[in-house]
Amino acid sequence: MIRMDGGDAEHVAQALRGDQDAFRVLVERHSRTLFRLAFRMTGNEQDAEEVVQEAMLRAYRRLDKFEARSNFGTWLYRIAVNCSLDMMRKRRPEKAQRQLAKGDESEMQDPLDTAVSNDPGPDRLMLSGELGEQVKVAMMQLSPVERTAFVMRHFEGNSIEEIGETLGLGAGATKNSVFRAVQKLRQHLGPLVGHGQAKSATGEI
Amino acid sequence: MESERIVMKYTGGHLNEEQLLDYRYGDLADAGATGEQTIEQHLHECAQCRTSYEALQGVLAMVEALPVAEPGPHFEARVWNKIAPQLTRPGFDWSKLTAWMSPKNLAICGTVAALIVVAFFAGRISLPQKNVTPGTAQGVENVSARANEPGQVRERILLVAVGDHLDRAQSVLLEISNAETSGVGSKRDQVVDISEQQERAQEMLISNQLYRQTAVHSGNNDVASVLDELEPVLLEIAHSPSKVSSSELEELQRGIESRGLMLKIRVLDSTVRNKEKPATQPQHSATRGS
Repeated sequence: MIRMDGGDAEHVAQALRGDQDAFRVLVERHSRTLFRLAFRMTGNEQDAEEVVQEAMLRAYRRLDKFEARSNFGTWLYRIAVNCSLDMMRKRRPEKAQRQLAKGDESEMQDPLDTAVSNDPGPDRLMLSGELGEQVKVAMMQLSPVERTAFVMRHFEGNSIEEIGETLGLGAGATKNSVFRAVQKLRQHLGPLVGHGQAKSATGEI
Repeated sequence: MESERIVMKYTGGHLNEEQLLDYRYGDLADAGATGEQTIEQHLHECAQCRTSYEALQGVLAMVEALPVAEPGPHFEARVWNKIAPQLTRPGFDWSKLTAWMSPKNLAICGTVAALIVVAFFAGRISLPQKNVTPGTAQGVENVSARANEPGQVRERILLVAVGDHLDRAQSVLLEISNAETSGVGSKRDQVVDISEQQERAQEMLISNQLYRQTAVHSGNNDVASVLDELEPVLLEIAHSPSKVSSSELEELQRGIESRGLMLKIRVLDSTVRNKEKPATQPQHSATRGS
């Protein structure tokens, strides 16, 4: 989770006095981190980039609401989470929303899904091709709230309280959102886990 | 190959899915009385739970291994070049004005707003004839005629829709408020199934948002205010577990009670229903200007 500080407060103060170059420093400092968060939530490079732009714009427009004693990175992070949520809801087809309300999750692929990066790092080679696509599909089957709760919990290490505050949910509903997300991921990916670690309906190990 | 069917179960002596997840994330206070060491000991001793936990770990590892795209070396400059022309002055938030303007919302709200505008102008154009005395046959005929004009009819249709929505909301909230946990064991272990109420709350969320936006735009602040208070409660119900414990149920009931939501919805529903009825009696001039 973003915990950067050191120097942000001064640049915020300068930006509030009209110094756009000071805000540019903040943009350059935090954009990449926000991109990674947004990519995990939206699953899509173009959407992630759009989320970062929107988050920076919202932050600029609400800069007067930022409390100097707070951590700017954390504040910006929350804005980016909400922008990602808005993006996921915007991309979600209305038909899929109705289907989800009825419990039908058969057609939930993100229509703007793109291929993952071709960066051939060794730790990434283990998850390529169809397996990677299955993981992406599984993530896209989560509702916006579930995906947000899961990303914040699993990748960003946020507490249930922090997630609930961001999503406007109580602790019980927040925990349940994380739980449902993991349940759905297990339903989709469980049979793909190798080395005899999962039971399938056919008994295949 | 069929997908693994994940069943939330708690059979004697085994850990359920939720407990495994709490253990994974270090949230054992929420999982109940079982401490971390007890769970570790159990996983060491119980092959079934160990297999289940390893399967969970395997899935999470797969998700973690999914590469995160890198945006390229000039990403920061690209972001700045996009947003710089839109930076007016800090603290001025255009986004609040446009946040609701998704294409879907625009299409639906536009239709409803157009109906309201038509109803407004229909009312303005068809002013009562000043030389007609209220209470006379001509006065009654005029009022009845205006009540059946297309604009008035459309407005009543809108009010009927909001009234129906409030009726459904009352029904869901009443069922949650009156629910009680049941089952064997101590009260702490009892649960109540709210999946039916969840489904209805989920379906109502989108319409609630649209009615609220329409009410805001038509200046109907009373309606907007109540729908604004209703939304987080519907959200909470929709995203709670389908089987809630007594403490979770109490949390939901407190959320309804603390807002005085039931009373507010009843009052508003009554007001809306009264407005739905077309005026068949001429109004006195003293009330016409209010």
